[in-house]
Amino acid sequence: MSVTKAQRDNYQQLVKKHRPARTIVKNTIRAFIVGGLICEIGQVIQTLFIRYGHFKPTEAGNPTVAVLIFLSAVLTACGVYDRFAQWAGAGSAVPVTGFANTITSAAMEHRSEGWIAGVGGNMFKIAGPVIVFGVVSAFFVALIRYIVTHL
Amino acid sequence: MPTWSTFVWAFLVGGGICAIGQLLLDFSKLTPGHVMAMLVVAGAILDGIGVYDPLVKLAGAGASVPITSFGNALVHGALQEAHLHGLVGIITGIFEVTSAGISAAIVFGFLAAAVAKPKG
Repeated sequence: MSVTKAQRDNYQQLVKKHRPARTIVKNTIRAFIVGGLICEIGQVIQTLFIRYGHFKPTEAGNPTVAVLIFLSAVLTACGVYDRFAQWAGAGSAVPVTGFANTITSAAMEHRSEGWIAGVGGNMFKIAGPVIVFGVVSAFFVALIRYIVTHL
Repeated sequence: MPTWSTFVWAFLVGGGICAIGQLLLDFSKLTPGHVMAMLVVAGAILDGIGVYDPLVKLAGAGASVPITSFGNALVHGALQEAHLHGLVGIITGIFEVTSAGISAAIVFGFLAAAVAKPKG
């Protein structure tokens, strides 16, 4: 039995009617709180680097990012981060820990295909676009800034 | 030196950027890859017009931990080198500041693959 277009449209409308609108609000609040907390942890680490590691406030961001990436890689290796990410959505994906998670989980997932083609070849499968578009846009932004300031 | 207000702003700004990311995911139906790329480009542009630095000063890790800061750091490295060595510095300096993030992610990701097996 084939499904007519009218039936399909009818079904789509039905789906739309029953899709809970509240999930968007809930998702956003959840992302806000989780993302805020991850940044808060970052702020604590950064403050420790400034106070005890004698980093300048402007330079403490880099070691902080490295520590967060380390923590994210450990949690991903234990299988914790991915389960957490399913619940937290963008709250765990947007911070740099999410970037590290995509690299770590891609490396782990493709380990069975070997070190070169598997781990090496797939590590940046998900994180690649971020680097490509980041670098290309940064190139043009920096070029424009340079030209504007040196005219 | 970060003060108590930095901690408050870190939560609000960091959470806010993540909330924007979630709204983009939910409303536009774009893939996470698209949204992340958009946020990085946004970070680069915001730094280009001089908005991101004040945000980092205000919110500390709230602005430097989300992925938008990756775009910001790429522009920073490029301009820093360009001021020293001229136009070629944009290419030689683009990864200067982001080295920590990328090399840490590669090294720790590699080690994780060496010691752990994916679950499920």
